[in-house]
Amino acid sequence: MSIDLATVRRIAHLARIDIDDAALAPMAGELNQILSWVEQLAQVNTDGVPPLTSVVDAELPRRADVVTDGGYPEDVLANAPQAEHGFFAVPKVIE
Amino acid sequence: MSDFLALTLAEARDGLRRRDFTARELADAYIEAMAAARALNAYCAETPEQALAMAAAADQALAAGNAGPLAGIPLGIKDLFCTKDVLSQASSRILEGFKPRYESTVTANLWRDGAVMLGKTAMDEFAMGSSTETAVTGPVTNPWRGEGSNKNLVPGGSSGGSSAAVAAKIALGATGTDTGGSIRQPAAFTGTVGIKPTYGRCSRWGIIAFASSLDQAGPIARTVRDAAILLKSMAGHDPKDSTSINAPVPDFEAALSGDIRGLKVGIPKEYHTTQMPAEIEALWQQGIAWLKDAGAKIVDVSLPHTQYALATYYIVAPAEASSNLARYDGVRYGLRVNNGGGLNDMYAKTRAAGFGKEVKRRILIGTYVLSAGYYDAYYLKAQQVRTLIARDFTEAFKTVDVLLTPTAPSSAFGIGETTDPIAMYLNDVFTVPASLAGLPAMSLPAGLDKAGLPLGLQLIGKVLDEETVIKVGGVIERAAGFAAAPKPWWRS
Amino acid sequence: MAKLIEGATGSWEVVIGMEVHAQVSSNAKLFSGASATYGAEPNSQVSFVDAAMPGMLPVINEECVRQAVRTGLALGAQINLYSVFDRKNYFYADLPQGYQISQFKHPIVGHGRIMIEVEGETREVGITRLHLEQDAGKSLHDQHPSLTYVDLNRSGVALMEIVSEPDMRSSEEAGAYLKKLRTILRYIGSCDGNMEEGSMRADVNVSVRRPGEPLGTRCEIKNVNSVRFLQQAIEYEARRQIDIIEDGGKIDQETRLFDAAKGETRSMRSKEEAHDYRYFPDPDLMPLKLAQAWVDKVAKTLPELPDAKRDRFVADLGLTPYNASVLVAEKESAAYFEAVLAELTAVSGKPAREVATQVANWVVGDLFGALNKAGKSIENSPVSAHNFAQLQKLMVDGQISGRIAKEVFEHMLATGDEPAKIVAEKGLVQVSDSGAIAAIIDEVLAENADKVAEYRSGKDKLFGFFVGQVMKKTQGKANPQLVNEALKAKLSA
Repeated sequence: MSIDLATVRRIAHLARIDIDDAALAPMAGELNQILSWVEQLAQVNTDGVPPLTSVVDAELPRRADVVTDGGYPEDVLANAPQAEHGFFAVPKVIE
Repeated sequence: MSDFLALTLAEARDGLRRRDFTARELADAYIEAMAAARALNAYCAETPEQALAMAAAADQALAAGNAGPLAGIPLGIKDLFCTKDVLSQASSRILEGFKPRYESTVTANLWRDGAVMLGKTAMDEFAMGSSTETAVTGPVTNPWRGEGSNKNLVPGGSSGGSSAAVAAKIALGATGTDTGGSIRQPAAFTGTVGIKPTYGRCSRWGIIAFASSLDQAGPIARTVRDAAILLKSMAGHDPKDSTSINAPVPDFEAALSGDIRGLKVGIPKEYHTTQMPAEIEALWQQGIAWLKDAGAKIVDVSLPHTQYALATYYIVAPAEASSNLARYDGVRYGLRVNNGGGLNDMYAKTRAAGFGKEVKRRILIGTYVLSAGYYDAYYLKAQQVRTLIARDFTEAFKTVDVLLTPTAPSSAFGIGETTDPIAMYLNDVFTVPASLAGLPAMSLPAGLDKAGLPLGLQLIGKVLDEETVIKVGGVIERAAGFAAAPKPWWRS
Repeated sequence: MAKLIEGATGSWEVVIGMEVHAQVSSNAKLFSGASATYGAEPNSQVSFVDAAMPGMLPVINEECVRQAVRTGLALGAQINLYSVFDRKNYFYADLPQGYQISQFKHPIVGHGRIMIEVEGETREVGITRLHLEQDAGKSLHDQHPSLTYVDLNRSGVALMEIVSEPDMRSSEEAGAYLKKLRTILRYIGSCDGNMEEGSMRADVNVSVRRPGEPLGTRCEIKNVNSVRFLQQAIEYEARRQIDIIEDGGKIDQETRLFDAAKGETRSMRSKEEAHDYRYFPDPDLMPLKLAQAWVDKVAKTLPELPDAKRDRFVADLGLTPYNASVLVAEKESAAYFEAVLAELTAVSGKPAREVATQVANWVVGDLFGALNKAGKSIENSPVSAHNFAQLQKLMVDGQISGRIAKEVFEHMLATGDEPAKIVAEKGLVQVSDSGAIAAIIDEVLAENADKVAEYRSGKDKLFGFFVGQVMKKTQGKANPQLVNEALKAKLSA
């Protein structure tokens, strides 16, 4: 499986990373190099092998339904590049 | 004052308890040494004021007789740990200016026990790397140089700021994190001891995530004992991390009995790679001989899927990273690049400017292997192979108590020398398998190569059996008598 | 029977499936300890986890798991003892993590069903699955000319996504389904069902086809938040699709929005971008494993569900199916009815079956009618269940007649007073003294000697006239049964 420039553009968009047109080809080259290297896994017979879901052999812990957090909007907003009237502010989203 | 710097963490702890000197004196010495070592670029943020305040508190506690086990011990903290009101950037531009309003569980545990923060140590951006060349604050330089050489070498990575700081004696110990080898490989490159505990032993809460199923915090220190002391404070169950293991934390220092008679040490044959330098192979044989001399039984074992570990890792880790790093979008913290082009444009521009090359590469790989039509071939396949790799260890540990391998396939290399991504990835060939299986592992210095650079050996233990790893590590440490230290060329 | 829609070229069948997002009733969020309540100051119910600060981790709220399981059980669904939380990856301003934690391949609840009733016919609508997921925050687009404001208070609130099979064939069925689902959720308390506050939102999939043909291309209408809008949206959308196909066009699979003001659906984006959510198991959370014994324990906490209650009302209490259905449609109505009935049987000593119909008629007819007129719900009825039961008791005991009861009830609605107090104050106690009644009858007969003669000569119909006269003289307070008996005796004497 080899990825072309259109694919690099598509995944870069999915990942929301702007890539200059000039940088697309070198990036495609690097990604293809890595992908062809990891494709060695195809050699491993994994028939009937379950995927590893967690190395921790324990029950998923559950919290009690108690309000223990929140109530600090200043802390939540403290690092915001732009905040107004207690909201985060971003460039207008048009639906 | 420089006498203080020569003390190990255990010695400093004991000296403070005896009131031979104060935490303030110790802190002053380290603050001065840290400032004098800026040529190494190990720290990305120095926090001398915090250090002095914490040292004062430690002195009070020591005087009052209620000091914690780490009272007055000055430490470097990897920039991946969120530290309250102190810059925490994962050495990335995308977290420019980010000062969390919370403290990571691991660092909170250290402060609870009285430790003193000297500053934040630089790392490969988002812990993605093996050389600490990609930090936004610039590459970190290894205090070690080859015999008669002025060439600047990498300190390993991604916890290279921590390993360099410990090796240069500008911290008594440091925190690291290890996803595929990021504690052990830099420890090996700098002649220090690094422990990656069992996955789940240390809380991940407040540690900036790279690959959640692999990330694990651990100490880097000068001796096995020092590392054991730090690990005891760092570890512990945390209800805020669902993957944190609810098990008692043993007194790791007490495991250093020195007695390994009858212990079965496995030597995985697949780690004898053709590319491995003869010196490293020889050091490994030396390690085997030391353990045999100490009464351990050496057993050859097989971990047949070892050769697939790296490829597995380089699918799983980028996949998780691509998702973990989606939150860096310029909305709530860190960098925002806004050219007036709307929300999607802001995202794409912010992330293009904020992430470095390797991080972008991994995000794109991770995005690709999870995308429609490729999930099964890459991600699912990798997680299946991961099951096989973990089973290999389970099988091996039916017959042995611990495994001995080299830590890395080379000693420290020059800054700027390794530009090919895959060549860089190969640094982790011996460390990644234990990461994939969530097992505890340690690197400790065992000798020098021809150029006079340190080499490390790795011990891998059973789940939650850091004690055996530490015990065996103590035996190797004593046998190796590793006393070499870098010459302080960096002192200004 | 599917309801068909007539087009220009023949009849069409509309096929409807629904995805309902129901907010789990819980104090805290699905994966954080921040409050899940509605309507607080912006970003004041946000933890560092909900804001996706670096290094933050999710820990699941056990109550949300319990409520999802209860809901599954109430839908007669399979409870999956093994389920997995996945990350659904996409970027949006109010999705701080850059992914939503949801369940994709292994949901907590599998196949179930809901019975709906439309025009007296009962139909089963299949439930495909129910899974737990996080809500997103809220974007406000209208507060600033060039900025969108983001409030994360809802970010991380627990939702149950309940997915139906495409089993509905008319907007009425879809409406009935949504109402029935809401009733069930409210009965078991897993969701407050408040559609105005967004506690329940429906995404509805609509397609049309010729009867008997395979499914057509569907459009998804997002975020419909009332039963009325749901039905309007479906009707509009079905007609739109029929018109397009009949004009030789083809339906594009797309997401549409319902514009309530215009009563129309419109395409959400001119060019819908292809989604690729890159689902994968969330490595911060191990799989969720439930023990069957725990599920069994949870099952025991389920109350009687509306269908079972309705059947019992009909079978055990002898209610009409209509009354029974009306009473069980809201859990508060059923609770009110049952409270009245319980008190009445206790104080009157009568078996429930004997008085249930009277109570049901009164609740469904008089009380609901009055509440409707006043725009009030049963929860803030001025007539408490206790007072209502007392009123019924006065009737059952023969202390007041049905007519007087209606009068008393009017006063109760206005004042909220106890019926006994009203009866005493207004002197409305029924006259059951046979001597007093006999005296009044004598008076009436004496005043109407001509009519008495007519009656006796065979004009039976005049009996009612005499009753009326007696009641008039007693302002309706005479016990009608005693009046009847005494009158009959006197007239035939």
